[in-house]
Amino acid sequence: MAELDSNIATRSLPLSGVHGGSAAVRLEPAQPAERINLRVGAEDVSALSAALGLDLPVKPKTSSSANGRTALWIGPDEWLVFADGGGSIGSSLTQAAASSNVVHSATDISHRNTAILVSGPGAAATLNAGCALDLSLDAFPIGACSRTLFGKVEIVLLRTAENTFRVEVWRSFSDYAFGLLSEGARDAAL
Amino acid sequence: MLLIHCPYCEEDRSELEFRWAGEAHVVRPENIAAISDEEFAEFFFLRNNEKGLTYERWRHIHGCGRFFNAARDTVSDRFLMTYKAGLPKQPLPVAEKFAAIAEEKSVETWEQTEGDAR
Ligand SMILES: [Zn+2]
Repeated sequence: MAELDSNIATRSLPLSGVHGGSAAVRLEPAQPAERINLRVGAEDVSALSAALGLDLPVKPKTSSSANGRTALWIGPDEWLVFADGGGSIGSSLTQAAASSNVVHSATDISHRNTAILVSGPGAAATLNAGCALDLSLDAFPIGACSRTLFGKVEIVLLRTAENTFRVEVWRSFSDYAFGLLSEGARDAAL
Repeated sequence: MLLIHCPYCEEDRSELEFRWAGEAHVVRPENIAAISDEEFAEFFFLRNNEKGLTYERWRHIHGCGRFFNAARDTVSDRFLMTYKAGLPKQPLPVAEKFAAIAEEKSVETWEQTEGDAR
């Protein structure tokens, strides 16, 4: 029997090869990533933190990073955790969460989401083209994150630096998100 | 655009992120199989649809995802207070109550302006 070639299908990002922006903003797809949506009760947060090797944030709108993994507070018992990787089937994050041996839900959403990086002096203005959040540094400092709306689609927004944001968006909405970001980028450069 | 205070996110957020979820503090009967059809209809279908101060459930669906309770004035659309799901009906802070009554008097309603139109 013939061996199946494991490279027979090549996975590519939904926004693979796309780039855009303006004089004030750069728009680019983020590298592939592993992602889980994590649900766990307050009493078991520390067990999951230990298993994942980072402190799950418990304060609204905050995130934490350690060991190449980043956890975003989404709700009182809900986090988005992502890490580099995501090229293959299976997730080191679900395995790490499972090793906690406490009741939780970790759903692999590595390929449900894709991410767009928005960087440059006009980054906040670009996002505010479709997002009602106050993105001043006082209200949304570096490391702040939130699930919110961008135009008509739901996103998870993370500020990674003063002028850099990561936009996590469902892959089927990524064309729309990238298109609206492009419009915002143009306006931000006026 | 209205700003709504989410008791879980602990800040005011755009109304676009929220969904209305019906009247609050409707208690499910303890033994629902034992109640009459009329009592079931009362619990399941019938709502008070108050004019003025009303207690409602809302959901921060495009934010933290949580349901919570809100006291809202249906005449002025003003949110008077929000609080976490599971808490009993909360009394209005006095200042909010007076502001609500004052506003209600100043809001032009259809009954005031057009009610006698023939
Ligand atoms: Zn919220």
